Amino acid sequence: MGSRMKRYDVVMIGGGHNGLVAACYLQRAGLDVVVLEKNDWVGGAATSRELTPGFTYSNCSYVCSLFRPEIMRDLELPEHGLQVVAYEGGAVFTRDGDYLASYRDHDSHRREFARWSKRDAEAYDRYARDVTRQCRFIQPLLMRTAPDPFSFRPRDISELIHLARKFGEFTPSQIAQTLRFWTMSISDFLDEYFETDVIKAYLALSGIIGTALGPMSPGTAYVLLHHYMGEVDGSVGAWGYARGGMGAVSRALASSFQAWGGTIRIGADVEKVLTRNGEAAGVVLCGGEEVLGKLVVSNADVKRTFLKLVDEQDLPDTFLHRVRHFKMRGSSGKLNIALDSLPEFPALPAGSSCIRGDLHFTDSVERMERAYDDWKAGRWSADPFVDMVIPTQLDPTMAPPGKHFMSCFVQYCPPKVEGRDWTDADRDAFAETVISQIAEYSPGFRERIVHMEVRTPREIEEEVGLTEGNIFQGELTFDQLLFNRPVPGYAQYRSPVKGLYLCGSSTHPGGGVMGAPGRNAAAEILRDLRLGTKHMSQAHDVI
Amino acid sequence: MTPGLAARLAGQKHIATPRRETPFHPRLKELSETNDWYTWAGCKAPHSIFDTELEYFCIRSQAALFDISPMMKYRITGPDAERYLNRLTLRDVRKLAVGRVQYTAWCDDHGHVLDDGTLFRLDADDFRLCCQERHLPWLLDSAIGFSVTVEEETEVIAGLALQGPTSFSILQAAGFAGVDALKPFQLARFPHEDAEVTISRTGFTGDLGYELFVPVGKALSLWDRLWTAGRLHGLKAIGYDALNRARIEAGFIVANADFVTAEGALRTDRGRMPDEIGLDWLVDTEKPFFNGRDAILRARERRTLKHILVGLEIEGNIPAEHAIVYHRGKREVGLVTAAIWSPLAKRNIAIASLERPFGERIADDLCVEIYAMRELQYRKLMKRAKIVPRPFVRLDRRTFTPPGRF
Repeated sequence: MGSRMKRYDVVMIGGGHNGLVAACYLQRAGLDVVVLEKNDWVGGAATSRELTPGFTYSNCSYVCSLFRPEIMRDLELPEHGLQVVAYEGGAVFTRDGDYLASYRDHDSHRREFARWSKRDAEAYDRYARDVTRQCRFIQPLLMRTAPDPFSFRPRDISELIHLARKFGEFTPSQIAQTLRFWTMSISDFLDEYFETDVIKAYLALSGIIGTALGPMSPGTAYVLLHHYMGEVDGSVGAWGYARGGMGAVSRALASSFQAWGGTIRIGADVEKVLTRNGEAAGVVLCGGEEVLGKLVVSNADVKRTFLKLVDEQDLPDTFLHRVRHFKMRGSSGKLNIALDSLPEFPALPAGSSCIRGDLHFTDSVERMERAYDDWKAGRWSADPFVDMVIPTQLDPTMAPPGKHFMSCFVQYCPPKVEGRDWTDADRDAFAETVISQIAEYSPGFRERIVHMEVRTPREIEEEVGLTEGNIFQGELTFDQLLFNRPVPGYAQYRSPVKGLYLCGSSTHPGGGVMGAPGRNAAAEILRDLRLGTKHMSQAHDVI
Repeated sequence: MTPGLAARLAGQKHIATPRRETPFHPRLKELSETNDWYTWAGCKAPHSIFDTELEYFCIRSQAALFDISPMMKYRITGPDAERYLNRLTLRDVRKLAVGRVQYTAWCDDHGHVLDDGTLFRLDADDFRLCCQERHLPWLLDSAIGFSVTVEEETEVIAGLALQGPTSFSILQAAGFAGVDALKPFQLARFPHEDAEVTISRTGFTGDLGYELFVPVGKALSLWDRLWTAGRLHGLKAIGYDALNRARIEAGFIVANADFVTAEGALRTDRGRMPDEIGLDWLVDTEKPFFNGRDAILRARERRTLKHILVGLEIEGNIPAEHAIVYHRGKREVGLVTAAIWSPLAKRNIAIASLERPFGERIADDLCVEIYAMRELQYRKLMKRAKIVPRPFVRLDRRTFTPPGRF
């Protein structure tokens, strides 16, 4: 081996969607990139597997909106099979046998909300306008490296000026609004618009998904924004299904990467980052094999990367301290269910399109907050909130005709059960909590179940590698955003170890199947290598 | 307060009709030859009924019946109703006598116009506010501290506009005794079956005309009463496109067509003060405090008003809809928001929003750039434009009292 051994330009640790996005951009810049994936499939948390014959799951992430269209085009993902299909709103069931639906059609949406409150029905337009304004401000920042306000390098200064200019287009009252938005709780924010509990509960969900906070915790309003700033074909705030499941995103990325000559190695679990003279030189796989590279990029989260893969003695203390205290708490679980027929929800009117969107059962903000109380006590929520979708109604590729795949995102679910590790019995009891909640609203639901995959933070960490099973690789609160993500001074995808970069959701602009962290990381790496970035589109104009 | 379960369950069926049908829909559907519908405030409304051009001439030569039921209608009642509306709107509501109608507008705290509309004083403590956009949260929030009830009555009150030279004759023939006494912007109640119809001498055409409001249950019988009476007076049902031509001739503006309403605007620079959309004459600086007052007065004093709305007369005969307005053929100074060839004035007319000082101190040397698509080719035209007063067309018959039998 030794000097004869192949040395790649870039070794990518982990084949999640951000790792693949970065790998694609780097490979297309003429570099020789290898992606090392510990599982026998790529995709990380954007993966679709057939665990029971005929059914394809979206095992972790399950809906698509945030994935940047600029990246889809740059990397020719449509040519590699990616299709994202928009879907209709959704509904939350109420305990009195009614429901609140949401529709794409503006008037239907208003009339539906007006059943609950005429005032709120109209206030929704104000709310949507204000949230859209914030999105318009933040969207262009997603595809830019966050400026470091303390570096005083010309580039950071010019980026700060760019930011200030964007801010300068705001009126003073909007600047005040933006600062409030970034720091307040989703519950307080919604109280400023709405009077009806079920409407607030429906909208609050986006503020706490994937976050170990309750709707009344400060900072959750921004999390809502994060879920709102996506788009499907220019329709901001819209969500869609990736045809074939979320794994279709990763499959298209892998195919695009390989079409440009990139190498993917599955079953290649990285144990350590190799350093030589304080510089990254490659990785060591479990089993001892070394894979050498001029640069190493980690798609793993910031804790896994610096607390497990890099020797602590190679890292400064303050940095390590910040990494240890980066909030990346497990808060959610997932049930993937194969059904032999479409479940019935008698509360919904026949023919209602809302069954094709997100279905929830939590009809008050208080119930959400109480669900969070359970998490604080180290238990999964006895009355959890579930974000449930049945994508097979719009995607015929994931289940045989007439049969369906149902994805249930469940919150809250602690990383440890009352301080101890999860057991299989805990996992089954957790699943039962969710199933019984669904069955309450859908008679005969249990009998339809053909197969079920239950994922607590234990399974998510074990399989996907996300620390504590945190879906965002770090919570999306203002203290962990922009130049504070993941660590002040290291928010530009570089690390204290020369030649070692981060490209996952732990970095700006954060989690969700967005691809922006991977893209931005690739841009920084190419900058360091003095290679061109002409093949990378800038963010689409927001006009 | 959340409505009870029974009311909510009953409301679920709205999804069966994503476009609400107005109380007059059965008649419109029957008459419609073009089957050309659009959505107005969530309702199915006609672009045209048989022929936009001919429908327009009905407004100007005979009489036209236009369904205004989708228009937003708010009922404001209570001992503080006058004080509340005076605080809300730009004009002095104390000067609005019972039985009169005010064209008015209202603003947010920045002095940006939220909407324009008509305010009907049905009684000392009883008003109806009609407008284009929805404002329930704004109206309710503004009512805090006033002894007043604000209720949206759009879906319970049906409305018809009867416009055109023979409209008075039709009302008389329909037996609305005393309608001859109505002066412009005056209203009165008339019996209709066992209910009442409110008839006001108002409209959106600049012609002789009336608006009629009736409980939805009486809508069809009112329509039939007018229709029968109108048989010998050339009455026709019309769609919005014909009405739009008449309103441009009359120089009226439409919210979210000629200006963007403050609450609807996503882009913060789109808000417009009354002075920027030709509504400066509504602002009563003598009356007690009203919302937006300070901002409007400050802008006037500091001369920070940025825009101005003007009427344009454009050479040639090609309508200049959404054309860019230039000064000296080079500098972009504004946008045409509405434009038609006026059959009545025989002129090419337009309403435009210009950036001051253009249209204010600098009013000469304007032209508009018209892209006329002709058989898949653009003919790009630069046409001179002259600022002219609105309305573009003035009709004496609009104000004669008693009205003539034209």
